[in-house]
Amino acid sequence: MTLRITSQHVEAILEQSRVEYPDECCGVILGPEGSDRAETLKPMINAAHSPTFYEFDSKDLLALYRELDDKSQEIVVVYHSHTETQAFPSRTDIAYASEPNAHYVLVSTRKEIAPENEFRSYRIIDGVVTEEDVEIVAAL
Amino acid sequence: MSASTSASAIEVRIPTILRPFTNGEKIVSADATNLAELISALDKSYTGLGERLLENGELRRFINIYINDEDVRFMGSLTATLKAGDSVTILPAVAGGC
Repeated sequence: MTLRITSQHVEAILEQSRVEYPDECCGVILGPEGSDRAETLKPMINAAHSPTFYEFDSKDLLALYRELDDKSQEIVVVYHSHTETQAFPSRTDIAYASEPNAHYVLVSTRKEIAPENEFRSYRIIDGVVTEEDVEIVAAL
Repeated sequence: MSASTSASAIEVRIPTILRPFTNGEKIVSADATNLAELISALDKSYTGLGERLLENGELRRFINIYINDEDVRFMGSLTATLKAGDSVTILPAVAGGC
């Protein structure tokens, strides 16, 4: 599997992770159901406001899924930042991963690594993590 | 006119990750007058679903359940009452951390 994503979205996610540092940032990219096209970037509020945890607000979560239903869209990418650890899914990330069809993107804002190099994507299905290639394109 | 105490048909929206329990169905229905009854009824029809929603008799921390537009945690959780025509939405939290 490969995540195909625009450079504009990559830059926006990295920028959000810098702005929200020291908290973890989070969000989704939406696309038409079954298309696997990461079209619409939607930054979400980290209701946990924490450097070690993220969680979508419960009301925002419901609103998001209602919007998906109304527009026949789905979550193509779920992303969040790690502030001091590598961009690899943690135990918690794996335990709570609940979208088997989504690409789970992790970025890291830890200082000793150039953030540009820490943009990685995974599939997380039934507790099994598989890293995948990221293809950054000018347009989808 | 006698008061009716009969159970109500409640529509329940099932998230992708739990659809293997409902034979792929996105929307199912069950009869219940509160959330605890609803989960018990769902588990009877779809074995194993109850355990994905409850832990030690409480709602799992990272499962969100809404009655119409309201998070059940603000409505008494398992004691939240249900009436005919209510729509219940189950959504796993989108959460994680380092």
